[in-house]
Amino acid sequence: MAEKVLMKGNEAIAEAAILAGCRHYFGYPITPQTEVAAYMAKRMPKIGGTFLQAESEIAAINMVIGVASTGKRAMTSSSSPGISLKCEGLSYLAGCDLPALVVNVERGGPGLGGIQPSQSDYFQATRGSGHGDFHMIVLAPASVQEMASLTMKGFDLADKYRMTSMILADGTMGQMMEPVILEAPELVKYEKPWALTGTDGKRPHNIVNSLFLVPEDLEKMNFARYERYRTVEENEAAAEEFMMEDAEIAVVAFGVAARVSKNAILAARERGIKVGLIRPITLWPFPKANIAAAAAHAKHFVSVELSMGQMIEDVRLAMDCARPVSLVNRAGGMIPSPDEVLAEIEKIQGGIHA
Amino acid sequence: MTVFAKPKSLTDAPLHYCPGCTHGIIHRLVAEAIDELGIEGRTIGVASVGCSVMAYNYFTVDMVQAAHGRAPAVATGVKRSDPSKIVFTYQGDGDLASIGTCETVHSAARGENITIIFVNNAIYGMTGGQMAPTSLPGQITQTSPYGRDVATQGYPIKMCEMLSQLDGASYLERVAVNSVKNVRNAKKAILKAFRNQVEGKGFSLIEVISTCPTNWGMTPEKALAWVDEKMIPYYPLGVYKDKYAEVQ
Amino acid sequence: MPKLTFQTDLCKGCGLCVAACPKKILVLASDKINKKGHHPVEITDQTKCIACAFCATMCPDCIITIEKD
Repeated sequence: MAEKVLMKGNEAIAEAAILAGCRHYFGYPITPQTEVAAYMAKRMPKIGGTFLQAESEIAAINMVIGVASTGKRAMTSSSSPGISLKCEGLSYLAGCDLPALVVNVERGGPGLGGIQPSQSDYFQATRGSGHGDFHMIVLAPASVQEMASLTMKGFDLADKYRMTSMILADGTMGQMMEPVILEAPELVKYEKPWALTGTDGKRPHNIVNSLFLVPEDLEKMNFARYERYRTVEENEAAAEEFMMEDAEIAVVAFGVAARVSKNAILAARERGIKVGLIRPITLWPFPKANIAAAAAHAKHFVSVELSMGQMIEDVRLAMDCARPVSLVNRAGGMIPSPDEVLAEIEKIQGGIHA
Repeated sequence: MTVFAKPKSLTDAPLHYCPGCTHGIIHRLVAEAIDELGIEGRTIGVASVGCSVMAYNYFTVDMVQAAHGRAPAVATGVKRSDPSKIVFTYQGDGDLASIGTCETVHSAARGENITIIFVNNAIYGMTGGQMAPTSLPGQITQTSPYGRDVATQGYPIKMCEMLSQLDGASYLERVAVNSVKNVRNAKKAILKAFRNQVEGKGFSLIEVISTCPTNWGMTPEKALAWVDEKMIPYYPLGVYKDKYAEVQ
Repeated sequence: MPKLTFQTDLCKGCGLCVAACPKKILVLASDKINKKGHHPVEITDQTKCIACAFCATMCPDCIITIEKD
């Protein structure tokens, strides 16, 4: 039985990655995720792994590409502006169908922004992580335990589907300390006949590449990739439902916003309001089925976000705009309070029961 | 007895390069080095972005195609993944000395045990003849149509000289392939650079002065002469660093 | 006697081998065109070849093979 330890979210990611068999970490300091690099700097040399502080976030993602092309698990971590730098690399990873794990511990933006938490990279992670048609599996932890468990899951899904998994954590998740149980997962070994391992004179050479100048060929690659994405959407969408069975109002929130919302929901329930929470754990694939099912009985939705409203669009789309969706949001590093969420829930309650 | 034949580490794919472009010679020298060291089975190459982007079609070794300028970072990842593999990059002057300068400098500074083949033809070939960081003062290109004006467009970068200041770099040599004598010297340097990696001697970079007849607006033969007349005086051939030569 | 063979259809008519040959026995055939539309190289007199391999050294397309008994 693995012991429970008190750990910072960023460090839990690092230890979980090592337990998941990752032996190559490339990073660059940026607040609020530098602890991932610092932890790896201490741990990796002790287990014969690679820790490298790269010259830039751009170099770091390309080093990940290098390791990934050889069939091994590799990761990098950064925070919002650094993720922007990596976008070219994320597109290349997708175009080469390489598995990788990328961590974004989000801070306020845009531009240099601030160092306090945000969720304003949602669009970037789910829509615009680089040029071209592609997706990453986006996982949103809401506790230090999930920082660890979703990192392990992320590596597994990345290998299984030959995609990048992104851990999209708001800054709070990276910085907070909570008890966590760290247990090595059952490591599934995925065959990687495409990996660059040296021909050894025994096979034709492997090429890891995203350049396909013949448009018919590039089209085929795109359609084949999206067939795989369809499988991911069918099998891997995940959400937690909290008090949703009889909910007339549905709050949708991830990460720290979900933690805050739960407090508001409990307070609202004490006042007799039938409200529940749908907490997406995968942001891509978005748990559309949960939203669509809730729309059958919930008359009004509330999206709670640390941004100017990004996930709210996916909430609307998931139910074909069947129900109205309000936004409770803070930006720039501010976190919505339970009172702010409760106020919106009460306002809606007043409206639907007018 | 075969006096001369195509090396085994080159595929049968016909090269797409322009007639007289010396990329073909340089590819052959790299393949000969791989053959002679018997490392074909454990070599992994990193192709870059430029005329040689499809180098992965020409070498029989496992290859990965890197984003523009990033080949040394990708090579770092490949090498760190398995240091027993022989890892090389093949890059042009835009890839290595413009967008990729940071990755070039830092992979050298870290002393990564890789081999970089730097093809310097003072122009951007693939995209149709624009100015390169290594284009000469006064050189006419698509983006320096009145000749490179150092006042507004700056001076060329001499990579071997610049990298020689880094403690992490082990072996830096500049060669050319515009004559039989120069090709034979280039071969020696490239072979040494690969042998260095096999022997764990750290970072090697061979800068090869190459031609671009098409974008220089010359016949292939005149382009070879231009290397002697204009390129070599600005980029002198020779060894710029050899850590292991000193230790004798 | 050395034997020079050319993969004629891969020749791009660049002329580097012609310029390099010290015996001046290589020419680009002005009366022939290969599959790619170039005037390919041909050897005017095999008996004069000294197997110096200068031509093959300068050929960017590796079309020349040189054999010697």
